Amino acid sequence: MLKVSIYRYNPETDAEPYMQDLEVDTGGKDLMVLDVLELIKAKDTTVVYRRSCREGVCGSDGMNINGKNGLACIIPLSEALSGSSKLVLRPLPGLPVIRDLIVDMSMFYKQYEKVKPYLINNTPAPAIERLQSPEEREKLDGLYECILCACCSTACPSFWWNPERFIGPSGLLQAYRFLADSRDTATEQRLAELDDPFSVFRCHGIQNCVNVCPKGLNPTKAIGHIRNMLLTSAT
Amino acid sequence: MVTAVTNLGRSGLSDWLTQRVTAVIMLAYIIFIASVVVGGVEYTEWKALFSQTWVRVFSLATFLSIGMHGWIGLWAVSTDYLVPHVLRIKAGEAVASQANLLRWVFQAASAIVLFTYVVWGIQILWG
Repeated sequence: MLKVSIYRYNPETDAEPYMQDLEVDTGGKDLMVLDVLELIKAKDTTVVYRRSCREGVCGSDGMNINGKNGLACIIPLSEALSGSSKLVLRPLPGLPVIRDLIVDMSMFYKQYEKVKPYLINNTPAPAIERLQSPEEREKLDGLYECILCACCSTACPSFWWNPERFIGPSGLLQAYRFLADSRDTATEQRLAELDDPFSVFRCHGIQNCVNVCPKGLNPTKAIGHIRNMLLTSAT
Repeated sequence: MVTAVTNLGRSGLSDWLTQRVTAVIMLAYIIFIASVVVGGVEYTEWKALFSQTWVRVFSLATFLSIGMHGWIGLWAVSTDYLVPHVLRIKAGEAVASQANLLRWVFQAASAIVLFTYVVWGIQILWG
C-alpha cells in the first residue's frame, strides 16, 4: 500500500485547506503519479485535478509532487518518491487555489499575453509563406516546445513575489522565441516593452525553472539572451 | 512595460549593469585593501597610503559603488517582500494593508543610511 498525502480544499465546504492522508493499492507497480490520482478518484470522486492527454503534451496536470513541480502523467512513483515512503501532492505554488489541486492560472496567462506571443510582421506577405533558412529555424529549438504547464513560473520565487510585474520564466521563454524568430519584425518594440526593473530583471538566475521543466527547456538561458539583446541595443 | 519610479536608473537594464560594474569595483577594492592589510601595516604607512590622491579616488569610487549597489539590492528586497500579498501570508491582513507605507519607510531609511555612509566616507577621506 502506498501512503499518499493530498492537498484538499473546497471553498464551499472547507474553512481552510488541509492535507488528507490516504492509502492506495498500486499492486506493487511503478505507476505514474496521475495513475495514483485516478485510483484515488475512483474511490473518492470529490478529489479534483486537471488532466487531459496523460502523456506530457497538454500540460494540464502540473502540480507539486513531493516538493517539486512536475507533470503527474509522466513522473513515475519511483522518481516522485526518491526514497521517501509517502507521496505528497499539492497544487502548483504561488497561484490562487480554486479547489484541491486546481489553481487559477489567470495571472500566468496574463504574463504570457504581455509578451505578444505571435509573429508580428507588417511587410506584404509572400504568395506562399515566409521562408526561413534551416539555421534561422534552428534558433527556435528549445523555445517552441513549451507547453505552458506553468511548472517553471510557479517554481520561481520572483514570480511568487511579483506575479503582476515579473513576466516569469515561461513568458520570457516565449518572449525570446519571438525575438529570435527571423520572420518577426517587431524586435525593437518587444525589447522596449521589457526594459523595466521587473519584467525581465527580477530574474536572479537561480534556475528553479530549469530544474523543473518537464520538457527539459532552459528559460534562464533564454532570459540571458534577452538581456544580451537589450544590452546590445542600448550600448 | 512596468513603470517604476524609485529604482536607481530609469530602466531595468541600467540598474542591472550598474549593479555588476559596482560589484567589480568593490571586489577590486577588497583585494587592494586585503593585500595591504595582510602584510601588516603601521599607522604611518596607512596614513601615507591614504594621502595619495589615487587611493582616495579609488576609495570614493568604492563608497559610491556601495551606495548604488546597496540601493539596487535593498530596493529589490523591499519590492519583493514588502508588498500586500506577501505580507498577508507572513504577517496577516492588518500589516498587509499598510504594505505601501512600510515599503516607503524601509526605502527612506535605506536611502538615509546609504547617503550618510557616502557623505561620511567623503568626510573621512578629505576631512
